[in-house]
Amino acid sequence: MTLELTIKKRLHYFDMDLSLSCADGRMVVLVGPSGGGKTTLVRMLAGLSTPDEGRIAFHGETWFDSTRGINVTPQKRRIGYVFQEYTLFPHLNLYDNAAFAAVEKKEVDDLLALFGIGHLRRRKPHLVSGGERQRCALCQALARRPRLLLLDEPFSALDVATRRGLREELKALKMKLDFPILYVTHDIGEALFLADEILPIVDGRIDRGWMQRTIAREPIAGNQARATREPRLALAY
Amino acid sequence: MDYLSLYVTLKLALATTIILLIVAAPIAYALAYLRFPGKSLFEALIYLPIALPPTVMGFYLIIVMGPHGALGRAWGALTGGSLLFTFLGIAVASVLYSIPFAVQPMKSAFLKIDPRLLENASVLGLSRPAAFIRVILPNSATGIIAAAILVFLHSIGAFGVLLMVGGSVPGVTKVASIAVYEAVEAMDYRTAGLMSLCFIPISYAFLLLANRLNGDTKHDA
Repeated sequence: MTLELTIKKRLHYFDMDLSLSCADGRMVVLVGPSGGGKTTLVRMLAGLSTPDEGRIAFHGETWFDSTRGINVTPQKRRIGYVFQEYTLFPHLNLYDNAAFAAVEKKEVDDLLALFGIGHLRRRKPHLVSGGERQRCALCQALARRPRLLLLDEPFSALDVATRRGLREELKALKMKLDFPILYVTHDIGEALFLADEILPIVDGRIDRGWMQRTIAREPIAGNQARATREPRLALAY
Repeated sequence: MDYLSLYVTLKLALATTIILLIVAAPIAYALAYLRFPGKSLFEALIYLPIALPPTVMGFYLIIVMGPHGALGRAWGALTGGSLLFTFLGIAVASVLYSIPFAVQPMKSAFLKIDPRLLENASVLGLSRPAAFIRVILPNSATGIIAAAILVFLHSIGAFGVLLMVGGSVPGVTKVASIAVYEAVEAMDYRTAGLMSLCFIPISYAFLLLANRLNGDTKHDA
């Protein structure tokens, strides 16, 4: 597998203890209730948070190994990370934001066009909509030519219609990407729509029964799941 | 009217402001973002000039910058000259006297930057110094301008520390505040009054500007 992780970390309310792996071109969706450790897990992959023990390996390269004292810095992992909100640099326009860490400057215009924000390239982030900002954040992450893409609830601050549109764009984009993608959401419908594999995380552990229990208990989540018309929904029941 | 001393005052305030903008930025960064042993001791030392009587500070500067002090000796060995009673000497004194007014607003501006921006910068591959230049500085403009204004005004107002270190050499170390003092001593109230009047509009205008900038910062947040 391209990405392999086994970690333990003591947190305030629970201990995290989990393993996951992801192959190139696949999207693993981490789903579960808020405060369950999904973001912490993604931050560990980015090098922004340090596990107490365990190992993270990527393409045979060790990013973290507690027994050998290895912890590669975020700068050297070369990942793309799209946060929930507020991470575009406010003093730069959308073009300069997207080009901030670009490997090839000439790719930036193509990316902006691909996400339909080419005409906004001279606008500052506070002068465009939330959806346009998140599109730009995706351009910024992709222009770095990442080896791994981490998306932490990238669309959850947006209105329902924008979120749905971006979700579909992302699904189409995924076909063209040949590296692993990890996507965090608390929305079961979103998880079913996007995922190649779903990992429910509750209180720092993988809990495969969480989706079924939640859909059975909460009709709204069940409706959302049904609305996606995904064949895998059958598995969820 | 002593135009020469007004000129020395403006020259000194400008020199102090430029030097402090460069020197205080890394200090403010270290205080805002780095962890190092003795940090709280160092921070208190930076703010000490606010709490000390200017004459006390001036006294210690005379000791350090005088012919037997470490700084004075090094300077003498290097150039053969003296630091006391020179423009360079009062510039050093003025920089140390105003350093808290440069560090404090810059530090609070740096701390106001959303930590997520800095995390994003590091994920995007920026080293800490690169993130300081490309992310922190450009997003701290109001704090840096506020620091510049405060330092400029505070150096215009300096008196005791400059008199101790520089004396009153016309055209060299005799600043306007010292000229006012000497005019009053000589019972020349006309000169003292005219000189004093020059301070009011300059200081008032700059303070208005500083307050306005502060207001804007709050509005943004």
